[in-house]
Amino acid sequence: MAGTKVLVVGYGNPDRCDDGLGMALAERVRALEIPGVDVEVKYQLNVEDADLVAKHDVVLFLDACLCAPPPFLLREVEARAGTLEFTTHSLAPEGVLGLAQDVFRAPTKGYALAVRGYDFHDVGDQISKDAAKNLEAALSFLVGALQPGGSLHPMEVDA
Amino acid sequence: MSSSSMTERTRRIVIEPVTRVEGHGKVTIHLDEAGKVDEARLHVVEFRGFERFIQGRPFWEMPVAVQRLCGICPVSHHLCAAKAVDRIVGGEALTPTAEKMRRLMHYGQFFQSHALHFFHLASPDLLFGFEADPLQRNVLAVAAKHPELARQGIMMRKWGQEIIRATAGKKIHGTGAIPGGINKNLTIPERDALTAEWPQMLLWAQSGLALARDYTLGHLRELADFGSFESNFLSIVRPDGALDIYDGVLRAIDADGKIIFDQVDNQAYLDYIAEEVRPWTYMKFPFIRSLGPAKGWYRVGPLARINTCDFIDTPLAEEARKEFKTLGGGRPVHVSMAYHWCRMIEILHCVEKIGQLLRDPDLQGTDLVAPGGERRSEGVGILEAPRGTLFHHYRVGEDDLVTMCNLIVSTTNNNEPMNRAVTGVAKKVMSGQATITEGMMNQVEVVIRAYDPCLSCATHAMGQMPLVLELLDRAGNLVHRFVKDDGPCAPSEEA
Repeated sequence: MAGTKVLVVGYGNPDRCDDGLGMALAERVRALEIPGVDVEVKYQLNVEDADLVAKHDVVLFLDACLCAPPPFLLREVEARAGTLEFTTHSLAPEGVLGLAQDVFRAPTKGYALAVRGYDFHDVGDQISKDAAKNLEAALSFLVGALQPGGSLHPMEVDA
Repeated sequence: MSSSSMTERTRRIVIEPVTRVEGHGKVTIHLDEAGKVDEARLHVVEFRGFERFIQGRPFWEMPVAVQRLCGICPVSHHLCAAKAVDRIVGGEALTPTAEKMRRLMHYGQFFQSHALHFFHLASPDLLFGFEADPLQRNVLAVAAKHPELARQGIMMRKWGQEIIRATAGKKIHGTGAIPGGINKNLTIPERDALTAEWPQMLLWAQSGLALARDYTLGHLRELADFGSFESNFLSIVRPDGALDIYDGVLRAIDADGKIIFDQVDNQAYLDYIAEEVRPWTYMKFPFIRSLGPAKGWYRVGPLARINTCDFIDTPLAEEARKEFKTLGGGRPVHVSMAYHWCRMIEILHCVEKIGQLLRDPDLQGTDLVAPGGERRSEGVGILEAPRGTLFHHYRVGEDDLVTMCNLIVSTTNNNEPMNRAVTGVAKKVMSGQATITEGMMNQVEVVIRAYDPCLSCATHAMGQMPLVLELLDRAGNLVHRFVKDDGPCAPSEEA
């Protein structure tokens, strides 16, 4: 990722156990202080994030997921124009990227990394044991991918 | 008449969920034997239970805890709970710095919420038409065809969020307001950063207002017959009658603009407002006690506030209010779709107020918390949230734990009006139609969106559902099913 401005956005609800995986992973990435990598944490994505995304070459969305194969799934995000958004409580990564491209004419490339979680129903800030292992695996991957010379390729990683 | 008995003799249409409102809802439209709309209902199908959850928690947690009600207007709940808790600690006489910081937070919240609603929820309906291709009726289509407008909406929302961050510490679920005060002032760098963008925000607020005004005036004949009806209105106003969204006395007016009650102290709201429960929804139906549930229901929110106040104390918004009021010819304006125009008058008022506050040195003061006064066992906080009047009421024990909580959120206040608006539009566009089109369904949603309901505030919302419309014959058999996904919109029909 040498010379590339990268934005890492971790989002979710840290009060709903594993739903906080995205934020927790983003905070771990922030602690690495990788040059050229900016980190944001949020409860949800919304329209104003398009402005920030547009100021970066690459955006990596970090979220928790109940259906991704463990430990995590990395995929490329395609900007989606013409999506009928259900609500502006939150936008999907595709919607944010779509606004960044349509409104700000930004060629930002988007990726989404979904960490497999298991407990989204309880109220509390504790990430479950298995989800915590998945978080560590995702972090190990990002340590390499976000460094100069690293790259983000859509992939599944075996548990 | 119960739903089940009605189903045996009528057809039923379901719109679920209602799209581009905050949260989830369902609309059922009951058709009679002749295919005419008999009744329509906006249902809230999930249960909130927040009042019960927080019983047994320390009262000082309330300003932070209640923000979990909503990710869109947490500031309203934060400040409203703080006002109630101020009362409990006897600290309601805030220091100038604390009150102005809270007001700045609130104006910022209004600004971003109204901008988000107008530019990104409502504008597709106004720009492309109520029956336009559903692939056009969304913010990304606005971005593609009107990128400057979409950009304005994004940047206005972002600026409002930055005000919240500067005053509350975070954009979402901040902690700025504490019992009897505030926990920070506005630093010079924060002030200067916000001030630098203020002139542009003022211009965009004015152009947004012009768009809403021109749209309303240009379509007045259709809009007057589109989910519009006469009603009472309720809001807080400053004691001298000025629009005030942070603090004031309760005022209610009738359809002719005559005062029902005025100068009502917040702590006495239960003497004037009651709530009715109906079996088919978790949302209650508030009403003015003296008039009873049948005649005492009322509207809140931007249209109500502009109708109830006597004046606005900022010059540009006051000029806009005066022009708006000419529509009513001396009476309140009752056009439901005029909510949009009023919303943009308020956005202009907020940016004017923000400008005044940014120039006020009190915001750099260091006297942040009022000295505690008489400890009370009960406190009521009322303010105007973007969607309307918001009530927080707590009772606490000697151990400081909450024993009772009652919340009347803005959207709940508008429950009866939204149901009437839905019925009106359904009767207008669906009665006698053999086939219900997606465009017809959207028209029902258009009038709901005018009220900008937040259904996750009003109850609790989670997950996603497809939009389903069903036609049932008089025996309850399915004869037509219409499904609209909430992803890429692909309407499908099944016979």
